[in-house]
Amino acid sequence: MEKKSLWKKITGSREASLVIVLIVLCALISVKSPAFLSMQNILEILKNNAVIMIMSLGMLCVLLVGGIDISITSTLALAGMSIGMMYKYSVIESTLLGFVIAAAMGAVCGLVIGLVISWGRVLPIIATMGFMYIYRGLAYLVAQDQWAGADALGTFKDFALSNSLGLGLINNVIVITILCYVIFYIVLKWTKFGRNIYAVGSNEEAARISGINVTAVKTAVYTIMGLLAGISGALATSVYASAQPNMQTSKEMDVIAACVIGGVSMNGGRGSVLGALLGALVLSVIAKALPLVGIDAIAQNTVKGVIIVAVIILNVLTQRMMDKTNLEKREM
Amino acid sequence: MKKKILCTILSAVMAASLLAGCGNSKEEQTTASAVEETAAEDQEEAPEADAAGGEEAEPETDAAGGGTYALVTKSAGNPFNEKEAEGFQKAVEAIGGTAIIQHPESATADAQITVIQSLISQNVDSICIAANDENALQAALEEAAAAGIKVCSVDSTVNVASRLVHVNQAGVTEIGQCLVDAVYDITGGEGQWAVLSATSQAANQNAWIESMKEIIESDSKYAGLELVEVAYGDDEPQKSTDVTQALLQNYPDLKVICAPTTVGIAAAAKVLQDQNSSVKLTGLGLPSEMAEYIGDDDAHSCPYMFLWNPIDLGRLGAYTSAALVNGDITGAAGEKFTAGDMGEYEIVTAGDGGTEIILGAPFAFTPENIEEWKVVY
Repeated sequence: MEKKSLWKKITGSREASLVIVLIVLCALISVKSPAFLSMQNILEILKNNAVIMIMSLGMLCVLLVGGIDISITSTLALAGMSIGMMYKYSVIESTLLGFVIAAAMGAVCGLVIGLVISWGRVLPIIATMGFMYIYRGLAYLVAQDQWAGADALGTFKDFALSNSLGLGLINNVIVITILCYVIFYIVLKWTKFGRNIYAVGSNEEAARISGINVTAVKTAVYTIMGLLAGISGALATSVYASAQPNMQTSKEMDVIAACVIGGVSMNGGRGSVLGALLGALVLSVIAKALPLVGIDAIAQNTVKGVIIVAVIILNVLTQRMMDKTNLEKREM
Repeated sequence: MKKKILCTILSAVMAASLLAGCGNSKEEQTTASAVEETAAEDQEEAPEADAAGGEEAEPETDAAGGGTYALVTKSAGNPFNEKEAEGFQKAVEAIGGTAIIQHPESATADAQITVIQSLISQNVDSICIAANDENALQAALEEAAAAGIKVCSVDSTVNVASRLVHVNQAGVTEIGQCLVDAVYDITGGEGQWAVLSATSQAANQNAWIESMKEIIESDSKYAGLELVEVAYGDDEPQKSTDVTQALLQNYPDLKVICAPTTVGIAAAAKVLQDQNSSVKLTGLGLPSEMAEYIGDDDAHSCPYMFLWNPIDLGRLGAYTSAALVNGDITGAAGEKFTAGDMGEYEIVTAGDGGTEIILGAPFAFTPENIEEWKVVY
């Protein structure tokens, strides 16, 4: 039992099967477009999808407690638009302050959602659908029919161009993404709070009886999601040098898809940071590759959908195989 | 159970406070409360709009020479639409009428239909609409016409059966010619170029692209220009970035990207400028969004670009509405009317078989005038 062969290890883990999928995808694309795996290209992919990747972490936590949050891109737009307007009218100038304000706004937005869901016991999909409209509407109100363009954003947009945080090698945006992933990996794996999230998602009643404050955990999870959405708002504004009230509309589906591809269960209790990362990477690679390999524009969404479904089916099959092997072991 | 009730009340209060907030911020700009952004408010909004219309109808009928002219823009939250509304408002005020500006909460035909129906019940004299869908508004607009309301479209047209006349910011061929000449000029007369469009279904985008292709084919002067790809960025910064990067990678000899869409051109400009690419950009863009990227030197990605003047477009829409209401014109080709201080305009036959009024050639934004325009819109 102790000696697991490498092959078993690969077929025995959902993450490993995703890694293989990712490698196969990249290999296929490289055949069509040799420059695909160049360093510059990989960095471009990471930078252009940082927002989705970071929000996938929050969505992972939300899905782990058996919830869902479809208001995230509205929170993102509200936070991003707010600081965009602040820069435009020179209320603030410091880049750091912009990030702090956006993160704080996002956290407050998330906290309100968390309270409504955990304390008010509203179904997550209904509550977040309401807040999706509320926050998006507020973003339009903040915008007052204006955009904050590159000219208005001053030095804030330079953050996404600079490598200062990455020791001159890696773009700031990517550094923040990596940082988020490291923190979440540690928190979910090795802290009490992290284990509580899994406990609440696996069996809420059991968690409650064993003394976990389920309401607090759920509230915290949505607050974290909001915080990440707020940070993403600041990042998106900086990366695209533009804040618009309709920023990232309907991208929440990409974030949920990233988690699901990564093997995160929609019923809660099952999923990992590594899975979310791989799921987000699969989506990012697809988004980058479709225009590159010359697939007709009108067919691109169909191809994207087919790949997503195929990957998920593969993932489910791996899971079943795992469950079966586990059962066999138990019988012995 | 108690918690459920409490929660319902809380949500209701929240929605109501949001609604109140909306009302306040808009009341200053327009006489009627504008339809606000959040779709959640739809149901609550409708009776309120009706009520506002009821109150207004009285004084308007009394006002001598005035009328009620409505403008329905594509959606809230877009500087272009806002400036269009501003021009409309100014022109209506100049002729002593009352303007009702309605921004639908989203850029969809559904949202516009709701707005049109509330305008019909407000008994407006005219509706001037920038359509989100060419055909989907037909039933609602025919209902308006049956109620005696004069309907014209502006910026983006509705089909012939739905309108009396279309106020066109610039003729399709004029825009196509402008863009082709820009590409010709920037490439130096020959080389590869690509188009970065919005979605593959956008009617105006496709018409312009088609027109560019025709112009290039019809004149041997442009024989050296090779259109390598029409790419679609779906008017999302993220996808437009991916698509622009793909163009650069797939066509190393690319000289110019032409993006006739405001979101696409800004995203492409950012990519090109950040990468210090030698590829240049032109197209249709908002001056305030593009100010950072317009310049003649290598450090700037866009030497010059075009757009029409949305304020003038709104004004012409207002004068056209007034002329239709007064009976100066009926919308038939060949009719002429005076659009206030904008001078005389003639109605001509449009490409779709209907009639239209053309504002003029697109306006060029160059390094010389961008500083002045970026504060306008």
